[in-house]
Amino acid sequence: MSPPGALGTITRARKSDGAGKLVSLLSPLVAVLAAFLVGGLVVAAIGESPLRFYSVLFRGAFGSVDGIGLVLFNATPLIFAGLAVAFAFRSGLFNIGGEGQLYIGSFVCAWAALKMPGAPAVLLIPVLILASAAGGALWAAIPGYLKARFGVHEVINTIMMNFIAVALTGYLVVEIFKEPGQMTPQTAVIPVAGELPRLAGFFQSIAVPLPNANPLNASFLIALVAVWLAWFILYRTTLGYEIRAVGHNTSAAEYAGINVRRTLVMAMLLSGAFAGLVATNEIMGFRHRFLDNFSSGIGFMGIAVALLGRNSPLGVLFAALLFGVLNTGALEVDIFTDVPRELILVVQAVTIILVVVGNEIVRRRLAGGAQKRRPSKEGLEAS
Amino acid sequence: MPEKIAVEMRGVTKRYPRVLACDGVDLSVRQGEIHAIIGENGAGKSTLMKILYGMVRPDEGSIKLNGKPLIGHSASDSIKLGLGMVHQHFMLIDPFTVAENVVLGIEPTKAGLFIDGRAARERVERLSTEYGLALDPDERIENLSVGLEQRAEIVKVLYRGADILILDEPTGVLTPQEVTELFVVLRALRESGRTIIFITHKLNEVIELADRVTVMRDGSVTGVVSAAETTPEELATMMVGRDVLLRVERQEATLGEPVLTVSKLSALGRKGTHVLENVDLEIRSGEILGIAGVQGNGQTELVDAITGLHATSSGSVTLSGTDITNLKPRAIRDLGVAHVPEDRLERGIVPDFSVAENLLLGHHHRAGYSHRGLINVAKMEEHARTLIAEHDIRPADPSISAAHLSGGNQQKLIVAREFDGAPTLLIASQPTRGVDIGAIEFVHTSILKKRDAGVAVLLVSAELSEIMTLSDRIAVMYGGRIVAEFEGGTVSEEELGRYMTGAGDSGDEPVRNRPLDDNSPGQAAAGGEA
Ligand SMILES: Nc1ncnc2c1ncn2[C@@H]1O[C@H](COP(=O)(O)OP(=O)(O)OP(=O)(O)O)[C@@H](O)[C@H]1O
Ligand SMILES: [Mg+2]
Repeated sequence: MSPPGALGTITRARKSDGAGKLVSLLSPLVAVLAAFLVGGLVVAAIGESPLRFYSVLFRGAFGSVDGIGLVLFNATPLIFAGLAVAFAFRSGLFNIGGEGQLYIGSFVCAWAALKMPGAPAVLLIPVLILASAAGGALWAAIPGYLKARFGVHEVINTIMMNFIAVALTGYLVVEIFKEPGQMTPQTAVIPVAGELPRLAGFFQSIAVPLPNANPLNASFLIALVAVWLAWFILYRTTLGYEIRAVGHNTSAAEYAGINVRRTLVMAMLLSGAFAGLVATNEIMGFRHRFLDNFSSGIGFMGIAVALLGRNSPLGVLFAALLFGVLNTGALEVDIFTDVPRELILVVQAVTIILVVVGNEIVRRRLAGGAQKRRPSKEGLEAS
Repeated sequence: MPEKIAVEMRGVTKRYPRVLACDGVDLSVRQGEIHAIIGENGAGKSTLMKILYGMVRPDEGSIKLNGKPLIGHSASDSIKLGLGMVHQHFMLIDPFTVAENVVLGIEPTKAGLFIDGRAARERVERLSTEYGLALDPDERIENLSVGLEQRAEIVKVLYRGADILILDEPTGVLTPQEVTELFVVLRALRESGRTIIFITHKLNEVIELADRVTVMRDGSVTGVVSAAETTPEELATMMVGRDVLLRVERQEATLGEPVLTVSKLSALGRKGTHVLENVDLEIRSGEILGIAGVQGNGQTELVDAITGLHATSSGSVTLSGTDITNLKPRAIRDLGVAHVPEDRLERGIVPDFSVAENLLLGHHHRAGYSHRGLINVAKMEEHARTLIAEHDIRPADPSISAAHLSGGNQQKLIVAREFDGAPTLLIASQPTRGVDIGAIEFVHTSILKKRDAGVAVLLVSAELSEIMTLSDRIAVMYGGRIVAEFEGGTVSEEELGRYMTGAGDSGDEPVRNRPLDDNSPGQAAAGGEA
C-alpha cells in the first residue's frame, strides 16, 4: 500500500531503496505536470489561452506574499482532512466521514467557547483544540465501533454519519444556538480569548510583508504539528505499529496477539480527531463562530488529498499545498479572466483527477511495470 | 541426436536496490526435458523464472523461446507463446468449480453468449485423464486439498496450451503421496513432449525426476549437471559451497515436567462439523512431539486452538498448570508460547513491514521494545541485526521490506522471531517449508537445541522425514483425531503413512505403542469424520 520510501518504515536510516525513494518523490511531480498539460487542453478547448490561464493562476498563488499566505490558509483544513483519511486508511479503514466529523468538531468547539466566556486564552485555546478533536473523534468512533463489533462496513456508516452531522448541527444552530436577532443560521461570535492569532503580525516582524487582512493563522502551525504527530503515532508508537499491522495483514496481526477490534476503534478515533481539528482553522482561526453548512466539502477533498499523498503524513502535507495552490489561483482566474467560474471548477477537478490517476500510472512506469500489475499475494512474495 | 533448445536465457541480470538477484545468468533448457533449478534461499531462482515468464523485467540479457527472441514480453504474451507457470500461491477463485477456473478467460461458449458448461467440463476431463490428473471438474476449489488445487492449476496451464511449464517449488506444500502423484503427471507431460522447469529445495527429488540440473548461488549459475551423474551430496556442495550434514545429531531426551496438556479437546469448523475431536496430548519439557498427518486433518485447528486463534467447543488446554483454554492470543504468547505458523504469507509476516518490524511482531508490546506506548527504534534495530546475523537472513538489512525477501528468507525471519526469547512451548508448523538445505540443517539443530534447553516442542510437518528425525514421540492425526501415537524411532514411514490415510483407524481410542497410565478405554468417540 505504501511506497517503499517516503516514511515507509520505522527504521531510522534508510540508505537502501534509493530508487524507490526517487520514484515516490518523482511520480507526483511528473503527474502534476501532466495534469497541467491536459488541463491546458481543456482551457484551450473552451477557447481561452492556456498560457494566460495558468499565468493568472500561478500569479494568484505565488505572485505575492498575500497569495502565498492564502495558499497556506486554504491548505490548512485540507491537511487535517487529509490526515484523517490517511490515518484511518493505515488500519485498512476507509473513513469518508471526515465531513461529518469536522462539522461535529467545529460545533463542539464553538459551543465550548461560548460556554466559557470569561476564560483566559491560555486555558481556552488548549481546551478548544481538545474539544474540536474530541468532537471529531467521538463522531468517528461510532462507525469504528460498529465496524469492529458487528463488521458493518465503515463506508456506509460514515456516509450516514455525515448526513446526520450536517443536519444535526444545522438544527442546533437554527433552533437552539442561533445568534439572537440575526437571520443567518450561525452561532454568536466566540470570545476573543478563544481566537487563534493571525500570522501576519509575526511575518511582518521578520520583514515578510504579509498583509493584515490575510487570514493565515496559527491553525497552520497546528496542522504542521498534526502532520508530525500522525507520523509519530504511526511509526514510533506501539499503537501505530498495531494499526499498520492490522491494516496490512489482519490475520498476521491477530496471530501476533494484537487486539484487532480495539485497534480499529482507536484508529477511527484518532482519524476523527484529525478531522475535528479542522475547527482550529475554520472556527478558532477564521470565522470565530459556527456557521451552518460552512464546509462545502472539505472532508471530501480530504479523500483526494490522502490519495494523492499516498496516505503518508508528509504526502498529505504536499498534496494539501497543491490543492491550496489550485483553490487560491482559481479565485484570481475568476476575477481576471473571462473563463466562466464553472469551467474553472471543471479544470480544477480535472487537474485533481489527472494528478491522482497520473501519479499512479507514473509510479508504476517508473517502478518497472510488469511485476506491479499483479496486486495479488504473488506480487508480494519473492519466493 | 541434435537437441532442440526450448528456453535459452543469456547473461540475464536483475538488480534490486540492495541485491543483485540475477548476475549474468545463462540458462538453457532442452525441449522435452525436466530441468531442475536449485540453489540457496535468495539465489535468484524465482526471479529468474519470473523474468522468463514476463512478470519481472530484466536489466540486461536476452531470452529465446524455441529459437525466437523474446523482448519485453508480459505474462499474457508468455501464455500465448505456450509458456505456463504454476505459481507457488495458486491463483484460483475459491467459490468457482474446477472447470470454471480452468476455462476462465477463454471459456467455450454457446452462440458466443453463454458459457458452455458441458464443453468446459469435457475439456477438463479430457486433459485430466490424459495425464493422470484425476480431478472432479464440478468440485469447488474451496473443497479441494492443496494437492488437488495444484492439479487444477496445472490443468489450467495446460488448457491454455502451455508446452513449457514452470513450477516454482511445487512440492513444498504436498504430502509425500501427492509428490509421487505429481511426479507421475510430470513424467507423462514429458512423454507428451512438453518441457518442464521446476524449482525445488529437495535434492532427492532432483535426482529422482530431473534430467538436468542448473545450480545457482548468489545470483549466478555455479554448474549444470546431468541428474543421472550426480548425488545429493554433490549437489548440496555445489549449492552451498561447503559440505552439508544431511542428518542432524540428536542426544537422548531428558524429560521434565509436563508443559502442554491437551485433554479431550474438540473444536468446530466453519461448517459446524468437528474439526477436532477429543484430542489428548501431553508434551513434557525437553520433549519434541511430532504430529504427522495429511494436511487438512485437524493439525491447523489443533495449533490454532492451543494458541488462542481458534475457539474450542470442549476440553481444555493447560500450559504448565495454567488453564489457557480460549485465552486471547496475546495472553497465551505472554505465557511463553512461540508459534511458527504454517502459512508464512497469511500470518507469519506483514509484507509491507520492514524486516526489523517483522522481527518484532508479537513481541512489540514487551518491555524493552515498548516503553509507555513508544517503540524503542534503536532496540528494535539492534534486535533485528542480532537475529539477522544469527539466522543468516539475506540480504542482511533490517530496513528492507519483508515483501522483498525471497520465500526462504521470509521463512527464516519467522523462525528467527519465534525461536527468540525463552519460550516454554514452541509450536513449529512446517518450520522448514521452502528453506534451503543449509537452513534446514540450521533450523533442525535449533529445534533440538531448544528441546535440550528444556523447551517443549510441538512439531507439525507434512515432511515425514522431518517428523521422523526430530521427534521423541510421534502422533498421527486423521479426521480431527489422534489415531495413533508412537515412540520416536519405533515406527516405519510406511506404518505412519497407513495411519495418516485412515487405514489403521478403528474409530476408537488411538493406537499407542506404549502403555499409557491414564488410558480409560470404552469411551467410544464418534468417528464420523472419515
Ligand atoms: N521485488 C524485490 N525487491 C527487492 N529485492 C528483491 C525483490 N524480489 C527479490 N528480491 C531479492 O532478490 C534475491 C533473489 O530472490 P529470489 O526470490 O529470486 O530467490 P530464490 O532463489 O527464489 O530464493 P528462495 O529459495 O528463498 O525462494 C533475494 O535476495 C531477494 O531479496
Ligand atoms: Mg523462490
